[in-house]
Amino acid sequence: MSNIFPKSANSLPLQLIIFLFGLGGIMTVGVTYYMTPKYTRVGYAPVQPVPFSHALHAGQLGLDCRYCHVAVDQGPASTVPAAQTCMNCHNQIKVDSPLLGVVRQSYETGNPVPWVKIHQVPDYVYFNHAVHVNRGVSCVECHGKVNEMEVVAHAQPLSMGFCLDCHRNPELRVREPGDVFNLDSPTITQQSGAEAGKRFVHDWNIKPPQSCSGCHR
Amino acid sequence: MGHLDETFAAPAILQEVKPAVLPRAVLVQNNRSFGWITDKVCSLIEGKTPAWWWVCFGVACFVASFTVAGITYLVSTGVGVWGHANPVNWAWDIVNFVFWIGIGHAGTLISAILCLLRQKWRTSINRAAEAMTIFAVVCAGIFPVFHVGRVWFAWYLFPIPNSNVIWQNFRSPLEWDVFAVSTYGTVSVLFWYVGLIPDLAVLRDRFYGAGNKLRSFLYGLFALGWRGSNRHWSNYEMAYLILAGISTPLVLSVHTIVSFDFAVSLLPGWHTTIFPPYFVAGAIFSGFGMVMTLMLPLRAIYHLEDLITQYHIDCMCKITLATGTIVGYAYAMEFFIAWYGANPNEGFAFINRAFGHYAWAYWIMITCNVITPQFFWFRKVRENTTLVWVLSIFVNVGMWFERFVIIVTSLARDFLPSSWGYYSPSIVEIFTFFGTFGVFSVLFLLFIRFLPIMPMAELKAVTAQADPHAGHDHH
Repeated sequence: MSNIFPKSANSLPLQLIIFLFGLGGIMTVGVTYYMTPKYTRVGYAPVQPVPFSHALHAGQLGLDCRYCHVAVDQGPASTVPAAQTCMNCHNQIKVDSPLLGVVRQSYETGNPVPWVKIHQVPDYVYFNHAVHVNRGVSCVECHGKVNEMEVVAHAQPLSMGFCLDCHRNPELRVREPGDVFNLDSPTITQQSGAEAGKRFVHDWNIKPPQSCSGCHR
Repeated sequence: MGHLDETFAAPAILQEVKPAVLPRAVLVQNNRSFGWITDKVCSLIEGKTPAWWWVCFGVACFVASFTVAGITYLVSTGVGVWGHANPVNWAWDIVNFVFWIGIGHAGTLISAILCLLRQKWRTSINRAAEAMTIFAVVCAGIFPVFHVGRVWFAWYLFPIPNSNVIWQNFRSPLEWDVFAVSTYGTVSVLFWYVGLIPDLAVLRDRFYGAGNKLRSFLYGLFALGWRGSNRHWSNYEMAYLILAGISTPLVLSVHTIVSFDFAVSLLPGWHTTIFPPYFVAGAIFSGFGMVMTLMLPLRAIYHLEDLITQYHIDCMCKITLATGTIVGYAYAMEFFIAWYGANPNEGFAFINRAFGHYAWAYWIMITCNVITPQFFWFRKVRENTTLVWVLSIFVNVGMWFERFVIIVTSLARDFLPSSWGYYSPSIVEIFTFFGTFGVFSVLFLLFIRFLPIMPMAELKAVTAQADPHAGHDHH
């Protein structure tokens, strides 16, 4: 019988296999790089309604995180300050700055400043700020060096893998309780070695849950 | 064996060999030629699409739409649209999963184990039975995948590294099930496809001869350049044998692992060591039931009596009888062990099955699975094709109810009387299950219309013409 396919079709299966392996490899690399929180979340820095500089306030002026985020060591949420907090200083400093118009408006009307939320864990995750910061987990571990940021950007992936990294090896991340709000401080392990880190975890009875229901209640 | 003693006394070489006259059953009747077989099998594809095919296809598509609708509603609303609730959190979905997976087993048994055992009667039915296996696995897969609820996370079933650092629990039989069923599906497709290659080449050549370039091209694409050379055949036979070897343990392992889903748990009525063999026997029983349900109408419509002979039907009936009796024995043994083991929870579970709220389901199961196959003892029954077909339907019904009885009765009456309940399916579940028969039928109808339903070369090998000693008695 005569040929339906040209002779070159003989190499088609091999070409197809090589193509599929290549495609599979490219897709694996692509998904791993572009579709994981390391890429999709880190670096997110939306334009805020007020050009508030953490580098100026927390860095140069040395304001404690808790001056504005008052409830962070008392409850699950790290509160965003009301305009009242800003006006504590700004009724005397830069009183007429056009950049603070939105803050003054919020102060007068009582409507909150429409800040854009950056760090957002999913609804099915239970995260408590107080239990972390009161047990030696510094702000910097999740939020990065906010004291150097002109515009706050998402510094860490905050994926479940990121949480578990620390929940599995807390001794590498804990700080002395007095250093928690000092974003430039070293961890205990960096300062005094791994043994000291382990001792702190033991003495402070730090037992981070690794079961599903620890965070997904 | 009575003459063994004489053998020892007598000289090593017998004076005369008198083999018993045991005529082998003729597997292709009316002394059909090779050409007739090719023409017959190909004519089912080459002829004009019959009107009954279009009618059946239309009905099957309509029925299949019920599954599509049920699943769409589930995905858009949530898994709560099924009737599952504490304490019965596994119900129709897992019943249907086990039912369909079980049906597939006959195809693998016929293609793999009967191949290794050189049961030549398998050749007429193995292609269609393998197709049935694949389509049944497709239907089975729908249920656990959509029971996940958020089906777009179903890939979590596989150990793929992810940013959640979620890893599978390899101690769970449910995870073993993922591998068992996906391996089973893959090997079944491979086995089926390798068997199809020579036949696809035949169709390629015939369509080319008839001037149908498109179909010749399409069959040619999948025939992978098969020319029927000696070397092709020798490689083909080796590949087929290896695949038969790989598939053989799968016949036993897949349903063993499916039974572990239950047996490894601690629930009375599930936690029994008899489950693996009992499930495998049940699977083969239900599978042969389905093979007969499918093949007998095909035999009548396409006039395949010369290829699917009474001997084939006899063989299938006898396997159904044997496995059905094993299943009946297992039912009895479960009761015996429940009594003999003297565990009050176990005893209650079985008494409750037979006489509790779900007794109706239990007695349907006993009637269909234990009593039905006993009719196959009688030659008169086996020779009445219509009756065999009706009985095969009863087998299918009975095996569905077996899974229902096992899964639902045990969950509805577990250790804590305070959480006892009674499960009824929701209309969505009923529609989804009903629709899978449509999905299966659509696939099977496409198969019988576009692919050769019997392996032509293997059929030819079991004809009298293929035997060099045909018609001669001396060896």
